[in-house]
Formats: sequence, C-alpha cells, structure tokens
Amino acid sequence: MSAQPSAPAQRALPFRVRFVPREIVPGWLPALVSLGAIVLALLIGAVILALVGGDPIAAYAQIARSSFGSVAVFSDTLVKATPLILVGLACAIAFRMRLWNIGAEGQFFLGAWGASAVVLIPLVSNTTSPWIVIPLMMVAGMAAGALWGFIPGILKARFNVNEIISTLMLNYIAIAWNNYFIFGMWSEGGFQMSKTFPKNAWLPRLADYARSVRAFSGLTTHLGLVFALVAAVVVWFILNRSRWGYEIRLIGDNPRAAQYAGIPIARHTVLVLMLSGALAGLAGMSEISGVVHRLQGQISPGYGFTGIIVAWLAKLNPFAIILVSILFGALILAGREIQPSGIPKMIQGIILVCLIASDFLLRYRVRIQRVR
Amino acid sequence: MDPIIILQAGVATGTVLLFATIGEIFAERAGVLNLGVEGMMLMGAMSAFSVANSTGNAWLGVLVGMLVAGLLSQLHAFIVIQLQADQVVSGLALTFVGTGLSLVLGEGLSKAGAGALLPRFSLPGLAAIPFLGPIFFTNQSVMVYLGYLLAPAAWYYIYHTRPGMNLRAIGEYPAAADSMGVNIYRLRYFYVFVGGMLAGLAGATISLAVSPGWFSELTTGGQGWIAVGLVIFAQWNPLRAMFGAYAFGALRRLILDIQGPALLFGASNIFKTHQSLTYFLEMLPYAFTVIILVIGSREAVRNRLGAPAALGVPYVRGERGR
Repeated sequence: MSAQPSAPAQRALPFRVRFVPREIVPGWLPALVSLGAIVLALLIGAVILALVGGDPIAAYAQIARSSFGSVAVFSDTLVKATPLILVGLACAIAFRMRLWNIGAEGQFFLGAWGASAVVLIPLVSNTTSPWIVIPLMMVAGMAAGALWGFIPGILKARFNVNEIISTLMLNYIAIAWNNYFIFGMWSEGGFQMSKTFPKNAWLPRLADYARSVRAFSGLTTHLGLVFALVAAVVVWFILNRSRWGYEIRLIGDNPRAAQYAGIPIARHTVLVLMLSGALAGLAGMSEISGVVHRLQGQISPGYGFTGIIVAWLAKLNPFAIILVSILFGALILAGREIQPSGIPKMIQGIILVCLIASDFLLRYRVRIQRVR
Repeated sequence: MDPIIILQAGVATGTVLLFATIGEIFAERAGVLNLGVEGMMLMGAMSAFSVANSTGNAWLGVLVGMLVAGLLSQLHAFIVIQLQADQVVSGLALTFVGTGLSLVLGEGLSKAGAGALLPRFSLPGLAAIPFLGPIFFTNQSVMVYLGYLLAPAAWYYIYHTRPGMNLRAIGEYPAAADSMGVNIYRLRYFYVFVGGMLAGLAGATISLAVSPGWFSELTTGGQGWIAVGLVIFAQWNPLRAMFGAYAFGALRRLILDIQGPALLFGASNIFKTHQSLTYFLEMLPYAFTVIILVIGSREAVRNRLGAPAALGVPYVRGERGR
C-alpha cells in the first residue's frame, strides 16, 4: 500500500516524495505535529491579514497582550476558558464514540435557560441560601442540557436520524426558545434581557475574597473553573477507568465488534449524548451564574462551536482540553477588541484545517528520495 | 396571506436550497460528505455581491462567487481525498474557514447598498397558465428558471448517462469502479468542485436575487445546513430535492406572512398581539428539517435505499474496501 498521493509530484521534480505508512507513532510526535499545525495556522492567518491590509504582527501582539499580559487579564482569559473546557469535554465524550454532537451551542443555551428558570420562575427567593440556589441551578442547567442531548440521541437510536443535522437544527431552536423568554415572559421593561439575578444566584469570584487575600482584588475568575476542572477529571475517569468508558471507546473504534460483543449501542448513544448535553448545559449555567448574571441573547461567542475545535485539538484528552481551552479563551477574549470581527473565527477555522491535515503525518512517514 | 404569493416567494427562496442541495448530492454521490456547504455559500454570497457591486455586472458576480466557493471546496477535497482525514471534521472546519473568511473579507460590504442585481422576468405564455403560471413563471428571478432546468438535468445526468453511472459507482463501490479504469481520485475532486460551485451559486442567488445584500452570517442563516439535511430527505435524487427545497422556501415565507394580518382564521392573530410568540414560528424550518430526516430515514429503510455505500470512506488503492 504505497500511498497514492505522491503521483503528480514524481514527474516534475528531481526528487521523489514517498509516503510510507507508520508502524509505530513515537509518543512525542502528536504534540509536536499539533504544535506545528498551530504555528502554521497562525502564519497562514498572518498572510491573510496582511493581504486584506491589516498588520498581522500588531494583531497577534495585541491578542497576546490582552489575554496573557497581566494577572488581571489572565484571570479574564480563564473566565473565557471555563465554558470552553466544559463544552470541549462535552464534545470529546461524544466524539470518542464517533457521535458528532455539533449541538453543544444549543445545549449551552438550554443550560443557561434552565439555570435562569430557577431564579426567574422563581423557584427560590432572594433570601434563599446560595448553598441551595447554586446546586439547584446546576441541576436545572444540566438537566435542560441533557434533555437537549436526549432528543438527537433518541432520534439516532430509534430512527437512525443523522445526529450532525439534528443537533445543528436544535441549536437554532434553542436560540429561538431562549429569545422567546428574554423578549417575552422574562423580559425586563421590554428590553431583550431578564432582570439581574439576586446575589445569591452568583457564583463566587476570586475578587469576592479580596478582603482576606489582597492579590485577588479585581480578579473575575469564578467557581465555574472548579466545576470545569472537576468535570475534566470525571470525564477522564469515565473514559479511561470505567467499564462504560471502555464500551464507549470500543463503539467509537469498531462499532461492528462492539455489536458482536453485545454492547447496547442504542442505549449508549442516548446516554452519551445526554451526558454531553449535560456538560454543555453546565457550561451555560456557569456562564450565566458566574459572568452574565442575567439571561440575555448574547451569552456565547460561539463557545459550542469552538468546543469542537478544542476537543479535536486536544485529541479528545480531557486534560489537554484544559490547556487548549486556555489558548482559545485567549483568542476569544482578544477577539472582542480586534477588527474585523471575523478574525478569531477565521483563525480558529484555519487552525482546525491545519490540524486535521497534519494528522496525515502521524499516519505516514514522509520520505524524500533523489531520483536515480 | 395570499397562498399564491407565499408559493411564488417559496419557489424563489427554495431555489437557494435547491442549488446547494443538488451540489451536495453530487459530492455525496461521489462518496465525499461535505459539511462545509454553509461556509461555501457564505463565501459565494460575499464574493458575488462584492464583485457585482464593484463592477456593476451581476453575472460576473455569479461567476466569481461560484469559482471562489469551488476553490474553497478543493481544500476539503485535498484534506479528505489526499490526506484521508475525517470528512465530518474537515467539513466543519471548512464551514469555520468559509464563515470567518467571508466575515473578514466582507467587512464594510454590509453598508454597501444593493447594486447590480440579477434580472427578474415573466415567461410569456407559461405565465398565463392558471394557478401554476403565477407561482412558477411570473416575475421570478432568472435563477429560479435556471433551477427548473438544473434539477431535471442533474437527475438525467446521474441516472441516465455514462459519466453519471461512474459517479454513482465511485460512491457505492469505488474499488470496482477503479478496476474498470475509472479515476476515483480525479472524479472525487471534480464532483466536490461541482458541489462547491453550486453552493457558491446558491450563495450568489441569495445576495444578488432573493434577498439582495450582505448581512454577514445572517445572509445564509443556516440554509447550508438545511441543504445538507434535505439531501437525506431527497435520497440523493435531484428531483426529490426540488420538491423539498420549494416546500421549505414556502414554509419560510409563510412564517413571515403569518405575522402580518390582524385576523387569522377568523380569530385575532396571536402572533401579532404577542410578538414574542413569533420565535416559535422561527423554530419551524429547523424543527421541520429534523422531522423530514425522520421521514427520510424511515423511508430509506423501507425502500432499502440509503446513502452511497462509500460515503465518508476514503479510498486507498489496494486496501480492502468496505
């Protein structure tokens, strides 16, 4: 099986490029190739920026400065990374079973909606202890997200409906659902947002402890980051140390073998999509309770979609997702200040393209030989 | 709430979906799933509008829009055909790149008013047919008429010509087609390119005919994804795609029109008195896509039809096929 891609190059050049399938992938190679892909993507992005008349060096310098420049902005970067970690984990667990949940964005919105419902219906009062309010909001957010994952799950399991399309369509439905509430029932004074939540529905921030730890003053990082880190450990444990995770991985790698082994694929499909939805829903809850403090339309700069890239870049490894999320959190944070506004999205796309293209280097070894 | 007007506008907006769906049918028939339709449509819409505005020639805009989207599709083709990467992820990446790039390049275009547009006209004679005439042949864009020609032509090509047979073969059983001397790689590149050009045509149809202008991501508003869903409903058949696309277009128009009148079926129109309820109307096209997928999948099982067998599977010569 000498790979075919070399064919056109053979005639014109004085050397021959051959692709030999790799038997063993060295442990350091995936990280190196991913890093190379990111560098290449940033270079391509720079060229495009220069072509449209921008200053790529200034743009990148600004991204770096406004996301890692000081403790305060790094804290903001972590705030952006928090929902990305959770959504990245949501995508990773589904992708591991080769279930393409593209609906994390909608599940995020539903999670935010569910968490808000606790405060806005209201199920609790201003004076209820946060020890009750916050867990209730978490449960409601995760349940709403899980429901939004259950729908494509059951459709896939029962009717073999392509989950890519159904999860995507549910994104649009979730946003319209959210809009109905913020424009109608929960609208404050006709504005397109709900009232601000009472303080007992706010996740504590580092800044809240500034009185005891001086260095925390002004830092926006909130408890959601802890949820995300715990979730990463839980997802790692499920995937790598539990029987369920083993079955998920088996279905992902070889569905036929899994079927012969008697693994209930349909049930796992529904459960994995529900767990995936619950994680994305928790991201929505954490964002609404830790950052926005009210329900409104603009709560996500596309976290659900960035999560897909995050998961893929991290090769579905829960701990790598944390690192990658911080990088992409920086990109999103800086993106708010950069014009034109499409730049972060474009760079994300180019990174993903370079990344999947670079996977080829993990499967094949490139040999350049002189033509005799 | 005139049914004729709703259907007439439905055919016009449905034409966008029709082009994109037929394009995706070609790519998928060749065994390549391209989820980048939304991104390609946006690039097509943006570049077509930009060129038409600066040159004053709408047709040049259409041409450039098709070529740009076609070129973008080749990125996906290279990654999945040459580098054998996962088609789902690559298609998503293509949508990211297309969306981001069109936003960057289209910066400032949204302020430009519509310039050169594609012509609209009635077909003499045919327009006089009762009921059908006003819907299909009166004051429609030239693109709508192109759609009437394209869908049957694509159907004939796929089912009744030699190249069409090869197209189906490389999507169903590439190894057999290869042994018959069909160049799998070249044809797959070609049909992904055709799919990209048609997605670009769909985009150009939006920005130069159906709802002229550039409104960043809202220009397409997810229609690229609906097209991917329609392919399944259409069972990879361009004629069924025609039916689905027009029905969808009519639904979109109905949703707009239902908000207008004060009375609806003799009762007061709740969508007018309670504006926020219109968000439930907004959900309908997307909910409908899901419902249509359920119907399509059930039908596929019953008729033993389905996706091309090699859809999503990279072809590596000499490897055992699946």
